[in-house]
Amino acid sequence: MTTSITVAVIDYGMGNLHSVAKALEHASPRARVQVTSDKKLIANADRVLLPGVGSMRDCMGEMHRLELVDTIKQAAANKPFLGICIGMQALMAHSTENGGVNCLDIIPGDVERFSDDLHDPIAAQSGQPLADIRLKIPHMGWNQVNQQIKHPLWKNIPQNQRFYFVHSYFAVPQAPEPIAGSTHYGHPVCVALAQDNIFATQFHPEKSADAGLQLFSNFIDWDGNYQVSSD
Amino acid sequence: MALAKRIIPCLDVDKGRVVKGVQFVDIRDAGDPVEVARRYNSEGADEITFLDITATHEGRDTIVHVVEQVAGEIFIPLTVGGGIRTVEDVRLMLNAGADKVAINSAAVANPDFVREAAEKFGNQCIVVAIDAKQVETDGSEPRWEIFTHGGRKATGIDAIEWSKKMVSYGAGELLVTSMDNDGVKNGFDLPLTRTISDNVAVPVIASGGVGNLDHLAEGVLEGHADAVLAASIFHFAEYSISEAKRHMAEKGIEVRL
Repeated sequence: MTTSITVAVIDYGMGNLHSVAKALEHASPRARVQVTSDKKLIANADRVLLPGVGSMRDCMGEMHRLELVDTIKQAAANKPFLGICIGMQALMAHSTENGGVNCLDIIPGDVERFSDDLHDPIAAQSGQPLADIRLKIPHMGWNQVNQQIKHPLWKNIPQNQRFYFVHSYFAVPQAPEPIAGSTHYGHPVCVALAQDNIFATQFHPEKSADAGLQLFSNFIDWDGNYQVSSD
Repeated sequence: MALAKRIIPCLDVDKGRVVKGVQFVDIRDAGDPVEVARRYNSEGADEITFLDITATHEGRDTIVHVVEQVAGEIFIPLTVGGGIRTVEDVRLMLNAGADKVAINSAAVANPDFVREAAEKFGNQCIVVAIDAKQVETDGSEPRWEIFTHGGRKATGIDAIEWSKKMVSYGAGELLVTSMDNDGVKNGFDLPLTRTISDNVAVPVIASGGVGNLDHLAEGVLEGHADAVLAASIFHFAEYSISEAKRHMAEKGIEVRL
């Protein structure tokens, strides 16, 4: 018999929570998903997922308005916790979006915007005109994710697998230790973070077909243990 | 390691059914959008776009159910276009499970609607559809004009200026359709696509005129498109999406295989 796992998907009025909930249920028959802003439900859930699209000012503003900041910080301190997109960026200390927004400050570092003058460096070396190789913002579509560490959430996901992205801002951790995955868009970009019982992705697992569902299934199966290995 | 160029099959949906004579070989009900979407997903489509061509209000409710059903079992980005005129229309589609909406005539009628929708829901979910036709210019640089009502109504608006304006109003992506080429199967209007793509910072989807796989590749290589959208070549099972991707990869284009 398999035990069911309750997942609180934090509803703070941002984005399409329907897809996240459906994808979790689809990925794991054990998942019992609650889309909620109820502090008690979040505190009692086995897993917590912080999703999000939109701007950082609105995102943090809603968390404060609904008085969810402490609840989210507690969950991030004591149970398997997954942040997605803005939900990953919100874990950092500060974002430059909207003229500067203080975030949850769970992982040291900042959130910055892609430069308007972004080019493909490999094509630039081959002498192609810069106008032909300018990179668009938002970074939108399927890009490869290089797994920087071994982690239970990467289980059964091939190295350099493609995931679906849509974002103009990205996290820049102060230290390299929490970087769990990176991609390349004009320069290396941190797109997954791991710290103790926290995992976070800049890409959208709920929109990344089978690879995304695998990551969700891994999250449901994860007990929250993660030790940085020295090898 | 690089961002893949996207291939987006487009389904024309009327009263909840796929139209334009879908002829998949091994699909029982070729008119069922969920079945068709399932098939495209398994072939590796990078996104799916639904174009709701239903004119009546009663019929329009059905597209919401289509999106709900597809979003419940297919986990790639979904875009819905056709008849999106109000913030409430946008909300309805996003709540049903769409990731993006494509706004067309309503943007021309009221550009502030684009700004309002982008501010409310984020630039990432607002696609502005641009239908353009080349207008006669004797010997000088080509010029394109925005047309509405399925290409019947000229607006006098310059397509390139309009593209820049829509991005400044918050469009996160542009879907560029050549009204000259749509349905003609001679390929995209490459100068139009390239001129718009080179003039805006956001991704551009090329649409209108695809008749074979070379056209898709040209859209990226010569049209500088970030994504290519096609309907009939996939509907009639002339080519599968996986074939299209392999062909683009052979041309040196980064795709998700």
